Amino acid sequence: MRALAFALALLVAAPALADSNLPPAYWAYRQLPDPKQEARAQALMEELRCLVCQGQSIADSDADLAGDMRDLVRRRIAAGEKPEAIRAWLIERYGDWISYRPTAEPINWPLWAAPVILLIFGGAMVAGRIRRKRS
Amino acid sequence: MSRALRLLPIILAVWILGTFAWRLIQPDDPTIRSQLVNREVPAFDLPAAVPGTGGLKSADLATGKPRLLNLFASWCMPCVAEAPVLAELHRRGVEIDGIAIRDTPGAVGAFLGRHGNPYSRIGSDPTSRAQLALGSAGVPETFVIDGNGVMRLQHVGPIYESDIPAILQALEKAR
Repeated sequence: MRALAFALALLVAAPALADSNLPPAYWAYRQLPDPKQEARAQALMEELRCLVCQGQSIADSDADLAGDMRDLVRRRIAAGEKPEAIRAWLIERYGDWISYRPTAEPINWPLWAAPVILLIFGGAMVAGRIRRKRS
Repeated sequence: MSRALRLLPIILAVWILGTFAWRLIQPDDPTIRSQLVNREVPAFDLPAAVPGTGGLKSADLATGKPRLLNLFASWCMPCVAEAPVLAELHRRGVEIDGIAIRDTPGAVGAFLGRHGNPYSRIGSDPTSRAQLALGSAGVPETFVIDGNGVMRLQHVGPIYESDIPAILQALEKAR
């Protein structure tokens, strides 16, 4: 009985701090009429970090601010702006952190070099084994 | 295989576990900081959030005197806690402009009626456009703007009683 009352109370409970007073922005849950533009917007939204639920992309998040960011991305794409210009605009404000796509900054060089280094390392190991087996 | 090479996996494992332990003891700070601090406030032009007061555009912030720009919302609980501190700052002669995030005129009016109105102007930002332009990630947030309209400090989260000296000092420094 108590569990049921608790469950009922949960049903009517309003989540604190999460809900604003306004419905989602116009383009938050609406696709652009031009499929090419929508595809460009979608690709960019999947690579932008949600500022509220950090770790999700704005394409995946239902936070109000993520909806507003989708609205901003779709509006700018529809106005003819390049996705990279929108990404740069956001990076200027929030830092590289907001984009999931690693940049070519020196701090990321080890990341880009890692596959090559691991491939060379693995190749050397395999070569060593083959040589040992033959001898 | 040489001895040093055989120790490599153990060294790697200790290093990785050490990193985990360090991050567990000292978690990452999730606060999002605006990269625009010490740069000019980006252009925005917002309509009035409540009828009878003017709207707010970025040019209004460069008045020759440092002021606060406070992002708030009537649906934001920490903003209620912050309201008396803003009133105290206002009482001490600090000029404060507000941006109401995702809010309606009625709700903002009721909020000001209940918690007081320390604001010179309040702009309405129904789709967080100005908030995103400012590099802000939530409410409440407060920026110290100097007389030339340059952002000098970002305070993330509510301003508590204990933050007043730091805010006043930042305003003094921005003079």
